[in-house]
Amino acid sequence: MAKVVAVTGNEAVANALRQVNPDVCGIYPITPQTDMMQRYASFISDGKVDTEAVLVESEHSSMSACIGASAAGGRVVTATSSQGLALMWEMLHIAAGDRLPIIMPVVNRALSAPLNIHGDHSDAMGARDTGWIQIWSENGQEAYDNTIQAFRIGEHMDIRLPVMVCMDGFIISHSIERMEYLDDPEVKNFVGPFKNLYPLLDLDKPKSYGPLILTDLYHEYKRAQHEVMLKTKDVVLEVAKDFEKLSGRKYGLFESYRLEDADIALVILNSAAGTSKDVIDEFRGKGIKAGLLKPRLFRPFPYEEVAEALKNTKAVCVMDRSDSFGGYGPLFMEISSALYQLKQKPALINKIYGLGGRDYLPSHAEEVLQELHEIAQGGKLKIIKEYIGVRE
Amino acid sequence: MSETTEIRWHGRGGQGTVTAAKVLADACLSGGRHVQAFPEYGPERAGAPLRAYNRISAKELRMHCPVLNPDIVSVVDATLLDSINIAEGSKENTVFIINTTKDPKEVRQKLKASDKQRVVTVDATKIAIDCFGRALPNSPMLGALCKVTGLISLDHLLEDVRKSFGKKFSQKVIDGNLDATRRGYEEVHEG
Repeated sequence: MAKVVAVTGNEAVANALRQVNPDVCGIYPITPQTDMMQRYASFISDGKVDTEAVLVESEHSSMSACIGASAAGGRVVTATSSQGLALMWEMLHIAAGDRLPIIMPVVNRALSAPLNIHGDHSDAMGARDTGWIQIWSENGQEAYDNTIQAFRIGEHMDIRLPVMVCMDGFIISHSIERMEYLDDPEVKNFVGPFKNLYPLLDLDKPKSYGPLILTDLYHEYKRAQHEVMLKTKDVVLEVAKDFEKLSGRKYGLFESYRLEDADIALVILNSAAGTSKDVIDEFRGKGIKAGLLKPRLFRPFPYEEVAEALKNTKAVCVMDRSDSFGGYGPLFMEISSALYQLKQKPALINKIYGLGGRDYLPSHAEEVLQELHEIAQGGKLKIIKEYIGVRE
Repeated sequence: MSETTEIRWHGRGGQGTVTAAKVLADACLSGGRHVQAFPEYGPERAGAPLRAYNRISAKELRMHCPVLNPDIVSVVDATLLDSINIAEGSKENTVFIINTTKDPKEVRQKLKASDKQRVVTVDATKIAIDCFGRALPNSPMLGALCKVTGLISLDHLLEDVRKSFGKKFSQKVIDGNLDATRRGYEEVHEG
């Protein structure tokens, strides 16, 4: 039986990790770490899990410890945020390149400079090309559900890749919301025992991780990494189907909200999608066919499926909570690439919102939907990329 | 009241305002309701003005932004009435609950509240000092909010106060807070 609770996103994900009870956990115990790992450390101290905690002096070391433990043959987790993820950057590539299924919740927060601690997607977007699977979550429930599913996805014998589970800093990580926990045995059964693949500690069969591969096979190695990513979509869907049977909650590659007959649509990640849905309902009430697409699986990115979902719209705005300075927002680039293959494409604009925790308000969604409505009615597309909610 | 109740708390760091919002969210979970509780995060300093928010609804809560048009404004520290506009974004029927020794009519004038807006006062700091010897007005404020909104029964609230304070405090402090919650419920004045 599900248990209804009012908890923060951090509490929820820490509880998911407790229910999985991994073998090893790398913990960097200082800011920018969040209280998620503090809570997990309490579970360890209270004897609620058998996890061995490796306390390290930096996030770079934290990921290094995870890589070592995972290659040795353990089920391994850590969590990070903001600068912590940035400092891990070098090791993120190694975790993915060595095909180690490390599971890492990421509390999305802004990067310095200037110093800021609030919700922003710049950290995880910077890790886009590291070879990690990325799953994004709107609220505490989704972060909890995605964390549980991440083990099945990353550890799948056809996949064996590390997974980041992203949720918005403060807005979700530190805010209390109603959600439902699954029972401990349900989670344990769902995730299943950890299956080893080429563990270093199998001393009878010695092996080597991370060898030197030069011009002879590096190119092929990288193509193999891309190819396994392509298989990941099916596994994500298969795991989601099983998870739905268990929880009643449905997940896909992305969420389509009132999109079937929509003329205009927002594409938006994480918590701001929730706020936008309420405004979309208001526009529907006024007779304007508005919809929303919320990506869940960001790496690998489901280009064809997204294009199919948006192909009948007339105007789409991609909303980015991070930026590529001098370029378009990172989510815009993906949607733009997805839609390019269509013969008939909607008009496409990009808004940058909510950097460094700037509130995303219903009035912002209204403003953007109104602009899309005008474009869909034959109005001119004035500017492709624009900052909204800016103090002038 | 509409099907979603939105509450904005004004307090100062160290008064237990964020805890009050959390306890309320927990208490309102009953009956299958959806709840949110979240503070406005900034550098955390004792004495600095802070806001916290609650949403309580029969429907799923998808909105993830501060409460802009509160149904209830709960002011845990009356000195804030002089420094910030606690009526910002209020609706025509917003209820103000103020921790003050002053007469509710005087507070009503100060707030320039309209006829449809209710102004309720409770001397929460005095109640707290009487009940457990510390100027932590959050539990009597919860009692007052419970009385004014009817979101939950007093018994239910007391049970939740017992549960959340029970994790951290001695029996004496818990009993004091339970008394303070009950007195906050009983000692509201409207004007």
